[in-house]
Amino acid sequence: MRLKTLLLASSGIIAAGMAHSAAHGEMADSMTLVSWGGAYQNSQQMAYVVPYLEMNPDVSVTWDESSNEAVAKLRAMNEAGNVTWDLVDVVASDAIRLCDEGLAMEIDHDEMLAPAPDGTPASEDFGDLIVSDCYIPQIVYSTTVGYRTNVEAWNGNTPTDICALFDTETFPGQRALEKRPINNMEWALLCDGVAKEDVYDVLETSEGQDRALAKLDTIKDDTVWWSAGADTPQLLADGEIVMGSTYNGRLFSLIVEQDQPVEMLWDAQVFDLDGWIIPAGLPEDRLARVMDFVRFATDTQRLADQSKYISYGPARASSAPMVGQHAELGIEMAPHMPTDPANATNTFLYNYEWWADYRDDLDAKFQAWLAQ
Amino acid sequence: MTSSATDPDAFTGATPDNALRDADRAEGPMLAADGTPLKKSLMRALRREKMRALMLIAPLLIFILVSFIAPIIDMLFRSVENQIVSETLPRTVIALDDWDYESGELPDEAVYRALAYDLVAAEAEKRHTRLGSRLNYETTGISSLFRRSGRDIDDVGEVYADQFIALNEAWEEPAFWVGLMASETWIEDQAEWAARAADEENFDRAEPRFRLRDGVAEVLPQTASAYSEFARITQVEDEDSPTEEEPWFPVYMALYHDLIDNPDAAGAYGGQMAEVLGAAAEAAPGFESQDIRQTFLDIEEGWGDLEVWGTIEAFSNPYTAGYFLASVDLQLTPAGIEAKPDNESIYILLFERTLFMSLVIMGSCILLGYPIAYLLSTLPLRVSNVLLILVLLPFWTSLLVRTSAWKVLLQQQGVINDILVWLGLVADNERLVMINNQFGTIVAMTHILLPFMILPLYSVMKTIPPTYVRAAKSLGATNWTAFWRVYFPQSVPGIGAGSILVFILAIGYYITPELVGGTTGTFISNRIAYHISSSLNWGLAAALGTILLVVVLVLYWVYDKIVGIDNVSLG
Repeated sequence: MRLKTLLLASSGIIAAGMAHSAAHGEMADSMTLVSWGGAYQNSQQMAYVVPYLEMNPDVSVTWDESSNEAVAKLRAMNEAGNVTWDLVDVVASDAIRLCDEGLAMEIDHDEMLAPAPDGTPASEDFGDLIVSDCYIPQIVYSTTVGYRTNVEAWNGNTPTDICALFDTETFPGQRALEKRPINNMEWALLCDGVAKEDVYDVLETSEGQDRALAKLDTIKDDTVWWSAGADTPQLLADGEIVMGSTYNGRLFSLIVEQDQPVEMLWDAQVFDLDGWIIPAGLPEDRLARVMDFVRFATDTQRLADQSKYISYGPARASSAPMVGQHAELGIEMAPHMPTDPANATNTFLYNYEWWADYRDDLDAKFQAWLAQ
Repeated sequence: MTSSATDPDAFTGATPDNALRDADRAEGPMLAADGTPLKKSLMRALRREKMRALMLIAPLLIFILVSFIAPIIDMLFRSVENQIVSETLPRTVIALDDWDYESGELPDEAVYRALAYDLVAAEAEKRHTRLGSRLNYETTGISSLFRRSGRDIDDVGEVYADQFIALNEAWEEPAFWVGLMASETWIEDQAEWAARAADEENFDRAEPRFRLRDGVAEVLPQTASAYSEFARITQVEDEDSPTEEEPWFPVYMALYHDLIDNPDAAGAYGGQMAEVLGAAAEAAPGFESQDIRQTFLDIEEGWGDLEVWGTIEAFSNPYTAGYFLASVDLQLTPAGIEAKPDNESIYILLFERTLFMSLVIMGSCILLGYPIAYLLSTLPLRVSNVLLILVLLPFWTSLLVRTSAWKVLLQQQGVINDILVWLGLVADNERLVMINNQFGTIVAMTHILLPFMILPLYSVMKTIPPTYVRAAKSLGATNWTAFWRVYFPQSVPGIGAGSILVFILAIGYYITPELVGGTTGTFISNRIAYHISSSLNWGLAAALGTILLVVVLVLYWVYDKIVGIDNVSLG
């Protein structure tokens, strides 16, 4: 309750500040962007921030590599009444949670974001990818499986579909899967004979959940459970595992940039999104700056530019034809995009709203299953 | 000072303490130079001294209280806090008092009506989804139930609004509603404010807060409550004025029910308002009514689910034991406290595992650290200083690097397995599994925590005079007896200090277990971290943390009883 008074007091100050700067229509000259660090943040820096700073030399941009714990940190900042972040990069499920908690600002996509070059409004250009009223998608990535190409015990067989994960007879060896129910439960049901469109209906019942866990039980002893996206590429490179799930961009750099004997199994890849949210309750001048930046950074050209640096698909339909070559290697990037037609013959659509409901419950069951 | 001047004891009173004692001994009050009793003035001097000492440490004390103790207490408090339900759905919670989950029937119309008033207000302030997330921790599906219902709640009661407006268009006018609901002084204040806002240029004062008309809460109770909520949110959230906004549809629904309950409501008014209200009261019984329960069921089937209502009722108290129950694998259900099904029970197992593994790590730290500390304390200073730097070196290396190094060493294609295979001790297809299990966690954490054992041991051993052991041996003790009977007991305080440090650090570790623990080597702290950073279930995280804190305090107390806390030394 003490916190609440503090909060009210500080929001009063913020409101007063807003009224003040709104009258003058100023834009703040610094921004704090939050992202994941590493190659992904670098691609955002090169594609969005560098050109923006060329146009606005007075602005300074600070990166904070906190996307991993953005949800918790943003909530803590909000409770303390001092949000220091201006724009936060999060995956779609976190965006939904932040929006539900009132920590992210609701936005009008058509009004705030640039239309496509042919005039299509932003909400149509992004289409179904706008999974929450607070969310501005940037890229489509997928969680898919990579496997080593030189495993002797496989006798020349190569995995062709997702169920190779569960086929320890043909493909013996250790696997790596993420230490959470999402994706694993769906794959388990798909390989247990459930049709793609029925997966979530089956997973809703407790029999269905037991069925998925029973399927995962068959490989539990052969599986390393990862919690950081860098784990699987490392384990594959070391020969510690023969196949494992991870993000397609990580596998791209392992295969193309580091030239390891690994291939990607695009079958039943699960699409997911990464994008921006604007924290709720920013002062007017900072908000004006962020709006200006976001409008620029999510236009068709900028999203297409990002794919020069990393193999994630742009979230705008209008950006797809503009995807070019890798900035350093000079190879065509389109065939490495998860959305490329050749890769996307069999994809699985991650059901955000369903997981928002079932995440807490299934996570408890999954962790209990793991610990037993 | 007359009577005691002859007392020889009087001259021993050089310190304030002694003087006080002397003053006690003296017969009759001894007086100071200014005439106040000596005892009193000495007490005052003492108190001043104590205050001065307190002032010296005050900055640190306040700093610790504000930046350390207060946040911890605040965090722990969240483990029972649950105001969100009664604050978001105040009317529903009260209306639910008369409902019994055991009856097996859905709540009656009044509850659904209360829900409509609450939900439309919560939706306007975007609070309904927060409540949804909160209750979803208890019953799966409530999150989307609230999110989806929020989208359609605005339409509830539209039937009534249409009929009132068809009867008289005044019902559409914000000004008419204000006249009906607002106090006369507020109307005057508001008019004055509006005039100034129109005339003066830099006028940035906010509109005066809406106040209800006297007596309207008795005549039209539901309408008064719904309308004042509407007015408050319009002013605060939307920064608009109720004089310019038509009320929400549920307000019309409230009016309809008030007029049915109290057809003479118009009696409280005069003039045109009495006329319009009177006409409405006459027409109301003939209005087409809306089955509000059915409306909710049409919006979302979930509102027909007994479990949803049971959960809202079970968690309607501002304070709940629910989080603590969940932390010990129980759950608060509408039907009472139940054990969690086996396939969801995890916390007791993790608490036990955390304690067990922390003890094992502490034990292996003692076994490894004791000989090293002994060596350090007996070697010549120059050599031991170099070795001490080696002990401290890991402190200067990142925790992640050290943990990852263990992965490189211990994994199946790692250095140790490679050597074993090369030596022919292990077959190539039967490499040892040494990581992603309990063994890996224990090895990595023992390594990381070892300096915390060695340093206190070393500083205690340094103070043990070597002459004691020599004396014991010269009196005929064997090496072992001299060590066990003479040296070891003197080093026990160091073991005590090191054990407490290592154990308490180990019990809260989560990065290393997360990276090398696999499925069998994770700690309770990993779950706490998950609930803090991913699921945002801070209440449960706080309850788990509180239990962990209490367990540590109990162990500390047991330790004090068995070993004695005076018997702990950092050197």
